[in-house]
Amino acid sequence: MQLSRDELLHAYRLMRTIRAFEDRVHEEFQAGNIPGFVHLYAGEEASAVGFCMHLKEGDYIASTHRGHGHCIAKGCDVRAMMAEIFGKKDGLCGGKGGSMHIADLEKGMMGANGIVGGGPPLVCGAALTAKTLKTGGVAIAFVGDGGSNQGTTLESYNLAKVWNLPAIFVIEDNGYAESTASSWAVAGSQVGRAAGFGIPGYEVDGHDFFAVWDVAREVIERARMGGGPSLVHVRFSRYYGHFEGDAMTYRGKDEVPRLMAERDCLKLFRNRVLEAALLDAAELDRIDREVAELIDRATAEAKAAPMPSEADLLTDVYVSYH
Amino acid sequence: MPKKTYRQAINEALRQEMERDPRVILMGEDVAGGMGSPGEDDAWGGPLGVTKGLMPRFGRERVLDTPITESAFIGAAVGAAVTGLRPVAELMFVDFFGVCFDQIFNQAAKFRYMFGGKAKTPLVIRTMYGAGFRAASQHSQCLYSIFTHIPGLKVALPSNAYDAKGLLIQAIRDDDPVIFFEHKAMYDEEAEVPDEPYTIPFGEAAVTREGDDVTIIAMGRMVNFANQVADKLAKEKIGVTVVDIRTTSPLDTETILDTAAETGRVVVVDESHPRCSVASDIAALIAQEAFEHLKAPVKMVTAPHAPVPFSPALEDLYIPSPQKIEAAVREVLAFSARA
Ligand SMILES: Cc1ncc(C[n+]2csc(CCOP(=O)(O)OP(=O)(O)O)c2C)c(N)n1
Ligand SMILES: [Mg+2]
Repeated sequence: MQLSRDELLHAYRLMRTIRAFEDRVHEEFQAGNIPGFVHLYAGEEASAVGFCMHLKEGDYIASTHRGHGHCIAKGCDVRAMMAEIFGKKDGLCGGKGGSMHIADLEKGMMGANGIVGGGPPLVCGAALTAKTLKTGGVAIAFVGDGGSNQGTTLESYNLAKVWNLPAIFVIEDNGYAESTASSWAVAGSQVGRAAGFGIPGYEVDGHDFFAVWDVAREVIERARMGGGPSLVHVRFSRYYGHFEGDAMTYRGKDEVPRLMAERDCLKLFRNRVLEAALLDAAELDRIDREVAELIDRATAEAKAAPMPSEADLLTDVYVSYH
Repeated sequence: MPKKTYRQAINEALRQEMERDPRVILMGEDVAGGMGSPGEDDAWGGPLGVTKGLMPRFGRERVLDTPITESAFIGAAVGAAVTGLRPVAELMFVDFFGVCFDQIFNQAAKFRYMFGGKAKTPLVIRTMYGAGFRAASQHSQCLYSIFTHIPGLKVALPSNAYDAKGLLIQAIRDDDPVIFFEHKAMYDEEAEVPDEPYTIPFGEAAVTREGDDVTIIAMGRMVNFANQVADKLAKEKIGVTVVDIRTTSPLDTETILDTAAETGRVVVVDESHPRCSVASDIAALIAQEAFEHLKAPVKMVTAPHAPVPFSPALEDLYIPSPQKIEAAVREVLAFSARA
């Protein structure tokens, strides 16, 4: 493991922030305080953080409908994110996008996406920009197992390969697309698909932050050095329903509690760093407390923030319109 | 007559047509749900439970869950339709049409014409549309005008549970491709719906209110708003006729022109954007064919030329409301041409 102490603390803080953010959004949704379609990332934190920790300014990611975790890992402001999800004027997108369209291009976050398979072509474009302008940047498309079957995704593999783009496709396989099992819906294997396009492919346990971090470093470095695209198949699970309000009757009995007890990425991380005496428990506990305070504050501020007003309805349809 | 929701009416139409004709099949993402999953089968019945119960009754061979690959499965429905099945494919939200439009407008819509009348494509695409769910820009659009624009497609837009059942059965029995629009905010709305199958012919508008002063032409969910306005204004002795066009293609131009001529004052209400819309199409029709009867310019009430916003505060301002419709009615009433 080549993570410094600071990096370890940072990784833990990011994963804890995502978890606490999602748990709070879940509570607030249950209480009727958050409108619309909300898809939570709890259980999947190691993927967003394991990849995004290797990214620099000028690198881009494109996310999915399940986008809060990617936003946080890429450095989006948590308080503005919460305000966005509450539909407030101070939100990251002025309340116009909401959970499914949360974005911050200045941070290299090209948006959550309401269209499954919307991200991979966009990432080819971001990678093309980096290549053309010689920025040394890379771009990562996070794609669900369901999204991996979309034509746009498969076409993007081909384009990224023939143009030798600094693009990375991260297939986040949480076992389901809505209620449909990935084991049924995905023909062949993700890694086999990559091979079909002549792209290096990897499979990794997404509960294990360190495993993700290792693979991420390799594929991002390759892309940065001009070695072209890679694909990583990350396997894990989501803790909440497909969207908030999903009764999850399609899941196995005890599936979620068992995963939370045995394969939780935060617990595994904590055990690992404590056993190896890399960090001590008090430091991690302090991060937990600080994150809880941050989320409390973000939520209270989001609730108190003003709604957009009529004057905002028709702004930003165009840059200019004449 | 039994009361049923819009959701139940659609489910019943599908079930009865599948019972009647073994060539009718359903396909779509999670139309049953639970495919390959360890828990319950038929776990979803579509995201809002509209097709629930159909898979247990007809089996996985006639109710097909699909991977998320609209281009392939909508295209497969087109190909199956032209070779002997009568598929009802679900495009979960109409906003996703961008992924699969070629198969609809270049393939399904054009076979019959391009092949010199030799093809039949009895396909139905059921799809959810409309704002009001706080579902933001990519899950709230109407988009029916885009399908209406394409020769070869038929477009139905039921405004209530009764029409939903009759129009859907008609769509399934129709030999041309039909895009069937279901408003996501109407699934729980009830109406009297007969138990037995029945059809409502395409291109026949319904006059849902009658009055002498103003004519409102509306479609989809906007019909309900228009009816509310008509009922309210009736108390002030303002007579409002409401026309529910029911299908945008074919369009019942006769009823539109007759009712427009009767009052000479027309408001067209459309939840979609104003440009190149069904509303502007109808307004143009009236301007061309009923000009001599008009006492005021035709007024359109539509959403603005902007995407659908997420924030509830903005979305409520965005959607054409009964208040906006009422104001438009008063405006056309107050208009008097200077000689
Ligand atoms: C083009 C398109 N088709 C369908 C949907 C509806 N939908 C939203 S999320 C989803 C499942 C996505 O599954 P997956 O890619 O595995 O991501 P996960 O939800 O598991 O994170 C579906 C079918 C959509 N938003 N866009
Ligand atoms: Mg998934």
